[in-house]
Amino acid sequence: MQRVRVKSLMPPGHVRTPHYLRGKIGTVERQLGSFPNPENLAYGQPAPAKPLLRVRFTMADLWGDATENPNDTLDAEIYEHWLEPAPDAT
Amino acid sequence: MPHDHHNHLSPSGHPYRADNDTDLSYWQTMEIAVRELLIEKGITTAQDVANQIETMDSRTPANGAQVVAHAWSDPVFHAELMRDASAATREMGFDIGPLRLIAVENTPQVHNMIVCTLCSCYPRNLLGLPPDWYKSRAYRSRTVREPRTVLSEFGVTLPDATTVRVHDSTADMRYIVIPNRPEGTDNMSQSDLAKLVTRDSMIGTGLAKRP
Repeated sequence: MQRVRVKSLMPPGHVRTPHYLRGKIGTVERQLGSFPNPENLAYGQPAPAKPLLRVRFTMADLWGDATENPNDTLDAEIYEHWLEPAPDAT
Repeated sequence: MPHDHHNHLSPSGHPYRADNDTDLSYWQTMEIAVRELLIEKGITTAQDVANQIETMDSRTPANGAQVVAHAWSDPVFHAELMRDASAATREMGFDIGPLRLIAVENTPQVHNMIVCTLCSCYPRNLLGLPPDWYKSRAYRSRTVREPRTVLSEFGVTLPDATTVRVHDSTADMRYIVIPNRPEGTDNMSQSDLAKLVTRDSMIGTGLAKRP
């Protein structure tokens, strides 16, 4: 399964990448196809279609020791332009 | 003295509700302005707006319950629903508009739960309007961090061995949970099965009822 990291960006304006997932590493659960980029759509601009993916994170990766159960998971839809290859596990 | 509200209760025993006399908020004013402009320019009509509200109010969790009961009863439909939930529900005759639906299925090993941390995304075209708590900051922020505690407050306690999968509806997809089919329902008709499927069981904050 493809491991990806959510980019740690803080751009101004409307984005649909939740803050709590930025910089976190997950695996691609499925490809969803392409959808008009909400970052343009929100302002009534032409919105080119961008690939959207479902990415699965473990609760341990999101919350560390504070997690209730490390094997529980969180899936979220993240646009491809918000993803980068995950660094190799050390 | 019918207008004496000194005990703050109506004759039926309910507290009097204050009249809605406050000024319009910025967004309420904006909504009226945009609606009136659209009507004035002939883009929509007041009747269209009223009809759309009627249509939205007519959608209820009973629609989703029929989908779940059908999936429990018919393996072919179940497979279609898991592959393409939008197409499968349309095929059942539900007018779900542009809804992009993903069905996620509970098993004895996995429990799914839906949240929208960014706003209040919900499969309205299938289940109707979301409950108020679904839109609350408490539900939205806590569900991604402590789903098991949230579940326990809904009366659902899961074994540690069950994996909880939280789905944050962050973009264009909407989700419906297919709850576990309760035991002792083997001989039940689809319409009776549908009565066991609650709204919360399709959000993942509840389980299907036992017969």
